[in-house]
Amino acid sequence: MDFGLMARIFPFFLEAALVTIELSLLSLALGLTVAAVITMFRLSRLRTLRAIGTLYVSLMRGTPCLIQLFILYFGGPQIGINLSPFAAGAIGLGMNIGAYMAEAMRGAILAVDRGQTEAARVLGFSRFETMRIVVLPQAAKLMIRPLGVNAVALVKGTALVSTISVVDLTYTAQRFIGSTYKPFEIFAVAAILYMAMIYALSKVVDFLDRRYAAA
Amino acid sequence: MQGLDFSVVSSYLDIIWVGVWWTATITVSASLVSVLGGILLAVAVLHGPSALRYPMRLFSWIFMGTPLLLQLYLIYFGLVQIGIDIPALAAGIIGLGLHFAVYNADILRAGITAVDMGQTEGARTLGFSRLQTLRYVIVPQALLNTAPPIGGNLIALLKESAIVSVIGVTELVHSAQLAISETYRPFEFYVIAAVLYYVLNLALEGILKVIETRVEATR
Repeated sequence: MDFGLMARIFPFFLEAALVTIELSLLSLALGLTVAAVITMFRLSRLRTLRAIGTLYVSLMRGTPCLIQLFILYFGGPQIGINLSPFAAGAIGLGMNIGAYMAEAMRGAILAVDRGQTEAARVLGFSRFETMRIVVLPQAAKLMIRPLGVNAVALVKGTALVSTISVVDLTYTAQRFIGSTYKPFEIFAVAAILYMAMIYALSKVVDFLDRRYAAA
Repeated sequence: MQGLDFSVVSSYLDIIWVGVWWTATITVSASLVSVLGGILLAVAVLHGPSALRYPMRLFSWIFMGTPLLLQLYLIYFGLVQIGIDIPALAAGIIGLGLHFAVYNADILRAGITAVDMGQTEGARTLGFSRLQTLRYVIVPQALLNTAPPIGGNLIALLKESAIVSVIGVTELVHSAQLAISETYRPFEFYVIAAVLYYVLNLALEGILKVIETRVEATR
């Protein structure tokens, strides 16, 4: 192990890690928004909306994220969508993880006992009020863990954007492997940073879970 | 904007078909590596000597905490570094297989622990060695019990197999890229690739469902 090299390249990796963090946070925010909308669609009374929601989840989960990114970034200009690599990465990752998060949200909402809905409806709450005041607060607690698992997968998934030339942690690692021919050292530096991010994220999820879900 | 024209795809069906074939081959091979590797890892962590147990833990921890893409770079460029020159295809299958072996091992470890102690005691009383007990009694039951989550991992593996294209392995994404380099029509070819992945995914889900029903029937 060439520790001198590892120390020398570390600043470059730290900078790249910031890009990975930025991308993770942006696509996490987008993913949660997409997931909330899709979940609403899937629980809607309108069959068309339900079908759209189901189709979206099925398509996004049934095809590789890499291909989705390629369609958006390389294919986009053909249908008039011109995005920077970073924007395409954030949007592509967010739309992809949104489908997985929608599954987690739906699962949590369906896990809330049906009696709760029935009781609220009998008490005169509207469908919307029942969802907002009775079901969602309970479901939110059940969502924290599964959404956390998705968020961790998302951080690792951000590596894919290196293929559309976003200078993230994996892109930087690949570049340095190519120029130094020291794959083990480079991998170690990148791995430490990824694992630090994932560790921090899982601590946040643990905290939220303890703070809100512990009952 | 140049407009879309899916008819160009028809003259590249041969290349696309080769890609589908290799994606299927890579998925099946890597699946085997991931299940066999998962069994070995799970058994090593549960029953191996402690000198083996901790390195295995560390190995799992690193493989679960880093992106597959990064691991592929390590395997592809790293093995050459230590004098093992393997083709990209082998590196891709090993990388993909090992990545999912770690996840399968996690599931199998729980599955092995969940097999009733009486099974081990019974087999040992009947004169099976520790290894034979694992090989013939415990692991087969653990595999049956964990078939659904392992199947879920194999479905993920199929989709993640697209990533091996980055180290130059010929498969579906790579085939699409070849066609694109000649036609400059990324949208059409990537959409076709996506459709084919979707179909492969449905096929794999169908196969896994048949296996699961068979497994259920044996009980």
